[in-house]
This record gives sequence, C-alpha cells and structure tokens, in this order.
Amino acid sequence: MVYIPHTDEERQVMLASIGVERIEQLFNDIPEQYRYPTLGLPEPVSEMEILEELQELSAANLNANQVPTFLGAGAYRHWVPSVVDAIISRGEFFTAYTPYQPEISQGTLQAIFEYQSMICDLTGMEVANASHYDGATAAAEAVLQALNVFRLKRKKIVLAPTVHPQYRAVVRTYAQGLGLEIVGDEDPTLPLTKVVELVDENTASLIIQSPNFLGELEDLTGLADEVHRRGKKALLAVATNPLSLGLLTPPGAFGADIVMGEGQPLGLGLNFGGPYLGFYTTRQKYARQMAGRVVGETVDVEGKRGYVLTLSTREQHIRREKATSNICSNQGLMVLAAAVYLAALGKQGFRKIAELNYHKAHYAAHEIAALGGYEIVSRRPFFNEFVVRCPAPVAELNHFLLEGYDYTIIGGYDLERDYPHLAQHMLVAVTEMNSREEIDDFVAALAEFRATGGYHG
Amino acid sequence: MAEPLIYELSVPGREGAKPPQLDVPPAELPVDLLREELPLPEASEVDVVRHFTRLSHLNYSLDEGMYPLGSCTMKYNPKVNEVAARMPGFTGLHPLQSEETVQGALYLMYHLQEAIQKIGGFAGVTLQPAAGAHGELTGVLIMQKYHLDRGETQRDTILVPDSAHGTNPASTNMCGLRTVQVPSDERGNVDLDALQSLVGEHVVGLMLTNPNTLGLFDENLEEIIALVHGCGGLVYGDGANMSALLGVMRPGEAGIDVMHFNLHKTFSTPHGGGGPGSGPVGVVERLVDFLPGPVVAQDAELSDDEAPYFTFVTPPKSIGPVKSFWGHFGVLARAHTYIRMLGDEGMKRVAEHAVLNANYLLSRIKDVYPLPYDRICMHEFVVAGHFAEAPGVRALDIAKRLIDYGLHPPTNYFPLIVHEALMMEPTETESQQSIDAYADILLKIAEEARTHPEVLHDAPHHTPVRRLDEVRAARQPVLRYRREA
Repeated sequence: MVYIPHTDEERQVMLASIGVERIEQLFNDIPEQYRYPTLGLPEPVSEMEILEELQELSAANLNANQVPTFLGAGAYRHWVPSVVDAIISRGEFFTAYTPYQPEISQGTLQAIFEYQSMICDLTGMEVANASHYDGATAAAEAVLQALNVFRLKRKKIVLAPTVHPQYRAVVRTYAQGLGLEIVGDEDPTLPLTKVVELVDENTASLIIQSPNFLGELEDLTGLADEVHRRGKKALLAVATNPLSLGLLTPPGAFGADIVMGEGQPLGLGLNFGGPYLGFYTTRQKYARQMAGRVVGETVDVEGKRGYVLTLSTREQHIRREKATSNICSNQGLMVLAAAVYLAALGKQGFRKIAELNYHKAHYAAHEIAALGGYEIVSRRPFFNEFVVRCPAPVAELNHFLLEGYDYTIIGGYDLERDYPHLAQHMLVAVTEMNSREEIDDFVAALAEFRATGGYHG
Repeated sequence: MAEPLIYELSVPGREGAKPPQLDVPPAELPVDLLREELPLPEASEVDVVRHFTRLSHLNYSLDEGMYPLGSCTMKYNPKVNEVAARMPGFTGLHPLQSEETVQGALYLMYHLQEAIQKIGGFAGVTLQPAAGAHGELTGVLIMQKYHLDRGETQRDTILVPDSAHGTNPASTNMCGLRTVQVPSDERGNVDLDALQSLVGEHVVGLMLTNPNTLGLFDENLEEIIALVHGCGGLVYGDGANMSALLGVMRPGEAGIDVMHFNLHKTFSTPHGGGGPGSGPVGVVERLVDFLPGPVVAQDAELSDDEAPYFTFVTPPKSIGPVKSFWGHFGVLARAHTYIRMLGDEGMKRVAEHAVLNANYLLSRIKDVYPLPYDRICMHEFVVAGHFAEAPGVRALDIAKRLIDYGLHPPTNYFPLIVHEALMMEPTETESQQSIDAYADILLKIAEEARTHPEVLHDAPHHTPVRRLDEVRAARQPVLRYRREA
C-alpha cells in the first residue's frame, strides 16, 4: 500500500504486542452503525497516472507566465530568482514542523528572524511577526490589534474605500460578531482627506492602502499625526505593496502604527491565489498586542546566540478564551521564500526591480494615453499599477485581448466589479516581466480594439 | 558552528541575483517620495545559497526521521505532491483570470471539494481557509450566522471540552462569543452530566475534537451529539485528528454539523516549518448556504459531455470571504494528488495503520511511562513524562534527551489536563523498525532518569545550541537585527 510500509508479518507482531487479533478491534469505540462506510472516491491511480492527469489539468489552464499579462489587483507576476525555489525545496525546511524545539530548529528560527529584520527594514517599522495568511487577513488582524490596544472599549473602524475590496470584505467577515461600526467606504469616491475626518475618539484604527487599490500613492505626510489627534491615539494602519518600498519612503517613516500587506511580490509565484504571505509590522510599544508568532534572539546555557519563538503568552495556546487571535499555522515556507528573495536580490537588486516596475508602468501609461480613446485617470506618479478609462466595457475589451487579437493577452482588472462608478475602467499592472515588446503589443491591441469598433460607442 | 546572520555576511557594494536591463525609456523618478536608504543585506548569490543551505542543516525534519508530535500528524510528505504543485499551468495562474482560462484548476478544486465531502460525510465544502485555526474561525462564524438567520439571537455560548486545542476557545472569542468549558470524565470522555447541566437555548454549539487530544475516541459520542442537538445547538468537529477516522467513520453521518480538515496533517501536505496549511471546512445540508464564498460549482448549462464547465459561486447567505482569493491552491493540488492515489481502500488503510502504530508504540512503553487513561487509543496517546522513582525529572527533560539520540520529541505539556504530558503520534508512514527504535530509546531514557537524572537535566548535549534562555527572550525581546552603532 502506498506510503504504508508494513508487511503482513509485522502487522501480526504488532497486533500481538497490543493484545488484539485484528486491526478492526482497535475501532470498537466507534458506534457500529457508522463503522467502515463506503466513501465512493474515484479508483486510486499510480504516481505515473496521476502525473498524466495533472499535466492535462495544468495544460487546460492559460498560464499567465506564457502570455503577456497585465493583470494585478493584489497578485502580481514577478521574476522569482532560481535560488528561491532551490532553497524552499529542501526537505530540511519544508518537511519540518513549527519550530517548537529550538535546539533542532535553528535553521527555521534564524531564517524567520532574518525575515523579520528585513521586513522591518523595508517598512521602516520596529517589530514584525512571522506572518499572517495573506494581505487580507493581515488587514483583519490589524483591526484586532487595534481593538486589543484599546482593550475592546473602542468600537469603530474607519476603512478607506481605496483599500483592496477583498481586504475590506475579509475585515467585515472577521468583525461580524464583534459589534463594530465599520465606516468610510460607503462612498467609493470619498477622498482620503475626507475619510480621515471620520476618525473620532471611539475609533480604534484607520486603515488605508498605499499604493492604493487603484495604484495611486496616498499622501502620508502628517496623516499619522492627524489620526492620533482626531482619534486620541487611534492607530494608523497602512497596507502596502512591499516591492514599492524598494523605491519609496516607507509608511514607517511617516509614523504609521501598523504596516502590513500582501507579501506575494516578494518571490512567491501566482499559484492561482495562494499560498501567499501576509507580512505584518507594528511599533515596539504594541509588540505585545500584535498577534502571530514572533522569533526572538537569546542565548543558550553556554552563552551562545540562538533563536526561539517568544512572547508566546500572547498566543492562543496559553491565553485560550482570552486570546484575540487564534493564528497557529502561518505561512512559514513563504516567509523563507521572502527571506531568500530579499537576500538574493539584496540592496541593489531589490531597488532595481522596483525601478523596473516603476519605469515600465509609466512607459505603458504614456503609450496608452497617446492612443486616443483611452485615458489614464490615476494621479501620477503611481508605482506599477494605474487606471485606464476605456472606450467600452472592460469585459468586452478583455475578451478581445484573449481571443480576438493576433496574440493571446491577459488584460487588466475590471474595476466595475467592485466600484460601480468605475464602469469601463481597467486597472492595469505592469511589472519587470513585461518586456517592451509585450507592452507595445498590448498598446497595439488596445488601438486595434478601438479602431475596429469592437465595442458599442 | 553558529551561522552568521545574512546581515553579517553583507559586504557594501556586493551584488546578488541580477535583474534584467531596463528596455523602455525611463520615467522621471518622484524625488521627494524616494526613500533615503534601503538597508537590505548585500550578498552574492553563492553566499545566499550557502547561508540558507547551512541553516537547513540546523533543522531536524521529517525527511530525516520520525517526528511523532502528537496532534500534528507528521506523516511522510510524498515527493510526487511537490511535482504536482509545481506544474507550470498551476504556478503561473493568476487568481483573477477569467474562469474560461482556469478550467483545469477549477476542475481540481471541484473534485477535491467532492472528495472531502465524501470522506467527511458532508453536503458542502469550502477550500478557502488557510489553516486549521482559520477553518475553526470559519466554522464558528457559520454556526453563529445560522442561528442569527433563524432569529435565535440569544445564542452566545460555545461549549469547549477541557481537553480541546487552545485555538477552539480563541476562535470562539474572535467571534464575540462566550466559551464555557466542559470537564472530562475519568475515562477521558466529555463528562455527560456536566454537559447536561450546560446545554440550553444560549448554546451556539459544542466544539468537539474526536478522537480527542488524549487520542481517545469519545465513548459517549452519540449522547453528546443528542444533548447538543436537543437544545438547538450545533456540533463542530475539530478535524485535526481526522487521520484516525479516514474511511472508518464519516463525522457528518454521525451528527457532526461542521468540521475543518487539516490538509497539512491528514492529507500529507508538508508543514513547511510552520505553514502554509490549508483548513477546508465541511458542513451538513442546513449549513451549506452559509459557507464562505466562493465555492466551485459544476455548471450544468455550460457543460457538455466531454468537458464539464466549472464556475465560482457565492453561497446565498455566505458569512463572506475569510481570505483573499480562493484558498491555498498549491496546497490543494498536493492534497488532491494524495487522495487520488489512495482512494477508498487507501484511506481506510491510513486510519488503520495510524491507529495500529500508536497502539503498538503504547504497548511497548506503557509499563514504564504512566498512562492516565488505560484504553485502546486511536492515532495518538498521552503518557506522563514523570516517574515516581525520579521526582526531579520532567517531561521537558525527556523531550530534550530524545534530541541527544537524534530523535524528535513528542508534543509536551499538552493537553493541559494531564500532568507532564507527553503526546505521541507516530503516524501510519512509520515502520515497525522506526517505532521500535523510538520505543527502545524512550525506555533507555526512563532508565537514565533513575540512574543518571543529571544527564537528562543537561540535555541536549550535542546540538548546535543547547537549552535556550526563553525567559530572557521574552523579558528583553530582541526581535530583529540591529546594526552596531
């Protein structure tokens, strides 16, 4: 039997040692009428056959790495240096458990410590945890931390409408039993300057995103002070694209209390949406209200430097019903991938990747703006994503790009799905993976779509 | 040898992996928005590979040997799973591509949903939750919303047995509900009299781990379920221990209303040094409408005989999404591969051998290690790591001494209801020989506890670092690298 090593003879020896005759006797506590049901799973297949099956399924998908892709909206096609997969494919890392026994887990622990350090450096923050599940759950955990900071006495959360729609939805899912008032995004056009005015003394946190979901950079100057003043020390939480921080002043330098977001751009493949990585940072003074695992440096009995999971009195296995977060398994291997990615690119390479994104996105926007019929509506500068007003519904345009043009192109995100006032608006992402040729093809396709009247307008 | 931090290997000006050249005209950089410094390490690619390879050597892993952490189900992670998850048509898929371009992925997800339904005896499954605790949160939110939808707004309490994982009460608290603890009886079951006195119209549900964290199948399962259903409550099953029940019992058939599965335990996907996990949730018919969205459905209208068509559908009364996108697809692909290779018979064999191995290990050591509940166990068991003849030796000492013999310790100090608990789960993928070797060492350590207790107190002796000062780590937290001033 696959993955079960026992021979008949060994089974007999083992049963004899236990003192029963048949394996079935070990299950006598299970009520008889439920015992040994027929599951009705498909007939099992061998390794060779399952790989054939999976290759067929894999081939039935359109691989975004093999065609020009301009889709982002929270997940991005990036170059992942070969070293990343080489390291995370080592069994020593991926077949280990959470590092509960530090003496034989220093590899994982030190890698997490290095990740925490690099994430702090990137965001300009003081402490980072060892990850949440993804950007959306990191945003939800920011809400929980803020509630925790105010000992559950404040009941209001202000959410900017330009925070990723999925983040806002997940925040609401998490918060549905907590009796909170979540405001700010009812009017999707409300500018940040007005959103901030909703912060009051009952507010635990304002949550914003920069670059925001529409690709624009929010003006963070003075924002933290205003939030702290209006909200009597209410927390400013900023979701960000970590790759943008290769270039831009990090939210930590503007006084944010929490900086978090989706870590997928740090060396993780698209993988149809997961597993990704929720990175999460806060100020030293809030370290004990932050959820999630944290690795700290210490010494052993001989004075040698080593690493352990620490601050565990905050965690669910100690606090049980007093815990405000239940996170246990996190994104350990993705943390390792991000650490290897950042180390492999290093100071110069990471900055270079961020610049490539910036320049290519602005080049694409410039070319699209010159076409006529399309308008760039995002404020400049943006990072690697911007909004284009199109001459027809985005669904029609995307269908044309996919099937009606000379090449298959995956177009941008249809903003009408989340923002009714943005019908015919496409969110276009351009990364280092988009060569000039790809961008020019995309622009030519947009031109042809308009010229051939493949739309009603 | 200690491995320096990557920062300590850094040399100013050294370049690592090389990005491509810019092939478009540069745009003007926003000078006033640029960061002043980017204090990342500067290392060459070979430095980085060697650094992380050396770090890997400091880890114990399942590929190296038995890893019998109770409640964690460290079974072998098949290598074919890794090949499966790395198929280019999976890794290269953007989650927001149009459905017509991701039919292969949706096919896989749909069939995994179906398989988990069949294994668990459920009517619907969400694959979205990212881990076991995340599945718990999902399940509790579903129970809560179900009652609210029926107008039973007074229900505010979740009953949790005292042997439960700490995540159960924490998940309850995250939903704004009250936790009331239910004691265990002298056989390790939920105490029925106590439960009887706790049920009522205020109860949202009971969270039941079965087999429980003592590794015991609750002998009162039917009475427990009847009591909870009798007061209008729901029964949540913590599926962390599902390895013991595969093909042997379907929780949904027995009256469990909602349950999470740990793909990274039961279905062989790797733990990754702490994740990613995956925590699908199965529900019975009356809860299907509350599942987080979206789930994958087969669209009969768009399907033809040769190619069924799959779409994402959000259930009508959904609690909302619990994370971005659709779930940990890379983990789902691994679990799908495992289930396809096992089928009905394979599932049953897994449970049988997981239980056989645990009982065999127990039979080898139970005369020496005190057993608080002397019963046939399921896939794991709990003994006390404490001997009357060696009062100074604790479970922690035994755990650390195992490391000296090149073995991974069991879970210790959990469950909380057993003094000096050692919780062992060999899993079905261990052979008789590896269990015998483990048992032999456990017996040897018990002997050492009597004759040379100091050897246990000082253990481990041969690891790169020895016992670490955890108090110092917590009191004077150093959570990141600091450059010398």
